[in-house]
Amino acid sequence: MITMEHVCKSYKIAKRNAGFGEAFKALFHREYEVIHALSDVSFTIRDGEMVGYIGPNGAGKSSTIKILSGILTPDSGVVTVDGRIPYKNRMEHVKEIGVVFGQRSQLWWDVPVIDSFELLKDIYSIPGETYRNNLEELTELLHLSELLRSPVRQLSLGQRMRCEIAASLLHSPRILFLDEPTIGLDAVSKIAVREFIQKQNELHKTTVILTTHDMQDIEALSKRIILIGKGKILLDGTLEDIKRGDAGIDETVAELYRAYEIE
Amino acid sequence: MKKYLSFFRLRFTMGLQYRTAALAGMVTQFAWGFLEIMVFQAFYQAQAEAFPMTMSATASYVWMQQAFLALFATWMMENDIFDTIVSGNISYSLCRPVRIYNMWFSQSTATRVARAVLRCFPILIVAAFLPEPYRIAKPASAWHFGLFLITLILGLLVTVAFSMLIYVFTFFTVSPQGVRIVFTSMVDFFAGAIIPLPFFPADWQRVLELLPFASMQNVPLRIYSGSMSGAEMKKAVVLQLVWLVVLVTFGSWLGRMAEKKVTIQGG
Amino acid sequence: MLLKLKDAVRLYGHYLSINIRSAMQYKTSFFLTALGQFLVSFNVFLGIYFMFRRFSAVEGFTYSEVLLCFSVVLLEFSMAEMFARGFDLFPEMVRTGSFDQVLVRPRNEILQVLGSKFEITRIGRMLQAVVMFWYGVSHSGVDWNFPKIATVIFMLIGGCAVFSGLFLIYAALCFFTLEGLEFMNVLTDGAREYGRYPVSIYGKKMLLVTTFLIPYALVQYYPLLYLLEKDSRPFLIFVPLLAVWFLLPSYALWRFGVRHYQSSGS
Repeated sequence: MITMEHVCKSYKIAKRNAGFGEAFKALFHREYEVIHALSDVSFTIRDGEMVGYIGPNGAGKSSTIKILSGILTPDSGVVTVDGRIPYKNRMEHVKEIGVVFGQRSQLWWDVPVIDSFELLKDIYSIPGETYRNNLEELTELLHLSELLRSPVRQLSLGQRMRCEIAASLLHSPRILFLDEPTIGLDAVSKIAVREFIQKQNELHKTTVILTTHDMQDIEALSKRIILIGKGKILLDGTLEDIKRGDAGIDETVAELYRAYEIE
Repeated sequence: MKKYLSFFRLRFTMGLQYRTAALAGMVTQFAWGFLEIMVFQAFYQAQAEAFPMTMSATASYVWMQQAFLALFATWMMENDIFDTIVSGNISYSLCRPVRIYNMWFSQSTATRVARAVLRCFPILIVAAFLPEPYRIAKPASAWHFGLFLITLILGLLVTVAFSMLIYVFTFFTVSPQGVRIVFTSMVDFFAGAIIPLPFFPADWQRVLELLPFASMQNVPLRIYSGSMSGAEMKKAVVLQLVWLVVLVTFGSWLGRMAEKKVTIQGG
Repeated sequence: MLLKLKDAVRLYGHYLSINIRSAMQYKTSFFLTALGQFLVSFNVFLGIYFMFRRFSAVEGFTYSEVLLCFSVVLLEFSMAEMFARGFDLFPEMVRTGSFDQVLVRPRNEILQVLGSKFEITRIGRMLQAVVMFWYGVSHSGVDWNFPKIATVIFMLIGGCAVFSGLFLIYAALCFFTLEGLEFMNVLTDGAREYGRYPVSIYGKKMLLVTTFLIPYALVQYYPLLYLLEKDSRPFLIFVPLLAVWFLLPSYALWRFGVRHYQSSGS
C-alpha cells in the first residue's frame, strides 16, 4: 500500500535571461525563482492497483515518482510504501520496487542484453532459481528470445523498451513505476508493452504506477486516474468519471486541462 | 562574413555566462602560476648562472601564460564540435549556407576570447602587486607591448587554425579521442607550455622555433618579457604569418574534403 | 561484514568485465586511445630531463632522486585513477539524471558510480607509470632493503588513498554545483604535475599544508627522505599509511552530498 499525505516539495532554480547585457549582469548577480513542484499532495494506492498518473509537463509527476522511489526527500508530509519510508530506508525500499525511466536506459549500450541482465542479477543479489524463472517468463511474455543476444545499440526503440521493462522486473518487485514507457514507440510496440503490463498486473498482482502523455495508454491500462497540475491533485477517479458523452479520451483530457487552466 | 561574426557573438555571449567557471579557472590558474614560479625559483637559487632568462622575465612569462591560457591551451577544445561530428548532427550544419570550417573557426575563436577576457584582468592585476620574485614585470617598452598584442592575436589564430585540423581529422579517423590526446600533448610540449622554449637544449630549441607550435604562445609571451632580440622578433612574426596561412589553407581544404565525405557517405 | 565485502568485490569485478567487453567492441579505437594515453605523461618526464641537462640539482635533490620522486607519485596517481576516476564522468551522471538510476538500486552508490564507466584506455597511462616507476627505481641509486621496499609499498597505498579521496571530493561537489569544479584539478592533476619535485622546494608553508590539510607530503616528501637516507628515523616508513585517514572526511562529504541531492533533486 502506498500513501502520500500532505506532501510538499519546492525547488530553487537560477534565472538566466537572454542577451548580452543580461549575461554580463548575471556575472555579478543572479536571481532565483522558487518552484512549487508539489503542494499538499495526498493519495492512497492499494496493493495490485494500476494507476495512471497524468498531467502536463512540469506538473509534478516526476517529483512524485522520485519521492516514491526514494530518490527525493519531500519538504514536508508523510510518505509510506508498504510501511517503509522510501527516502529513509532507501536500500531496503528499492529492493521491492522496479523503475523504468522511459527516456533513459539502464542497459549497457555495447554488450548483449543478457549481459546487462546478468549484472542486474548481481546488483539485486537475485537467487539463481528466481532469476531463471523470471527470465524465462519475461522472455516469453515480452518475446525477447531473439533479442537477448544482440547488443542494445542494434535494437529498435520498441525492442529496447521491452528489454528495459524486463530488466526492471527481474528481481520480482512488488511495485512497478513506469515513467512514460511508451514514449516514441511505434504502434505494434505500444500495444505489446500495454498487453504485457496488463498481464504482469493480473499474474503477479504487481502494483503499477504509470505516467504518460499517451491517453490510449491510460484507456487500455488503468481504471484509476490521478490528474496533477501545478503541483496539486486536481482529480482522482475513474475514466468513466471524467468522460462526457462519447468524446474521445484525448478531447476529454484536453477539456480537463482547459477547465483547470493547467495547459 | 556577417554570419560568422554573429556566430562569434553568440559564442562569446555564451562564454560569458559561465561566471563560476571563470572564478574557479582564475583560482586554478593562480595556484598553477605560483607553483610554476616556485619551481623555477628553486632552480634559479640552485644554479643562477645556468638560467637562460632572467628570473623576472620568467615570472612574467608564467603569469602571461596563465592569464591567456584560454587563448592557447589546445586541450580546451569545443566539445560541441566533437559531439556534432560523432553523433552525426553535422548534417544539420551542412544544410545551412555556411562553410563548416569558417563556422567552427569563428566559434572556437569566440569561446577562447570570451574565456580569456573573463580571466586575464584579475590575474594580471593581482600579479602586478605580488612581491618579488613573483611579480609580473612591466613590458620592456611601449613598442614591445604593441608588438605583444599583435603577436598575441596571431598566436591565437595559429592555435585555432591548428586545433581546426584536429576537428577535421576526426572525420577521417576511427579514434578521435586518441588523435586528440596525442596531438594536444604534443602541442603543449613543443609550444613551451610545460617549460618555456629557452629552457630546452640549444639544438632542440633551434629546430622547435621553426615549427608552428613555436608560433603560438611562445612569441607573444617572450616578446612581452623582453627575452627576444630585434632580429628574433622580426623572424618570429614572419613565421607566425607563414604558419597561419599554411594551416588555414590546409585546414579549409581538408574541411571541404570532409564535407564531401559526409555528403557522400552520410556521416 | 567480510561476506558483504566479498560480494562487493565480486560485483565490482562484474562491472569491470562488462566495461572491458564494451570497450572491446571498438578495438582499434581502444588501442589508439590507450597508446595516446601512454604517450601523454611522457612530456612531464622530458620536462624534468631537459631541466636537469641544464641544472645539476634542486633543493639538494639530484636528477635521479627527483626521478624517483616523480615516478612514485605518478604510479600512486595512476593507480588511484584506474580505480576511482570513474568519478570524472560524475558531473554528466548528475546532469543527465543517470544518478537517479543508481539510487533506485539496493547497492552502495560509490560502487555503482565507479562501476558504471571505467576509462579502460587509462591502462595506457598505467603502463607508462609502471615503466617510469621501474626506470625511476632502478636509476635512483637507492640501496634497496626490506624497510625501504616496505616504505615504497606504503607510499603507493597511502598515495592511492589520497588521490582517491580527492576524486571522491570532486564527485561530492557535483551535488552542489556543476560549474567551476575546474579548481579541483589543482589538487589532483596539479599534485601529479608539481608532485614531481619534493614538496620542500615549494617552501615551508606548502610543506605544512601538505602535511596537515591534504596529506601529499606524507606520501611523498617524508618517506622520500627515508629512502634517500637524508633522514633515517624509522617511523618515516609508516608515515604514508597515515594518509589513509584522508578518505574519512572525503567519504563524509560524499554522504552529505547524496543527502543534499535527495533533498534538492537537482
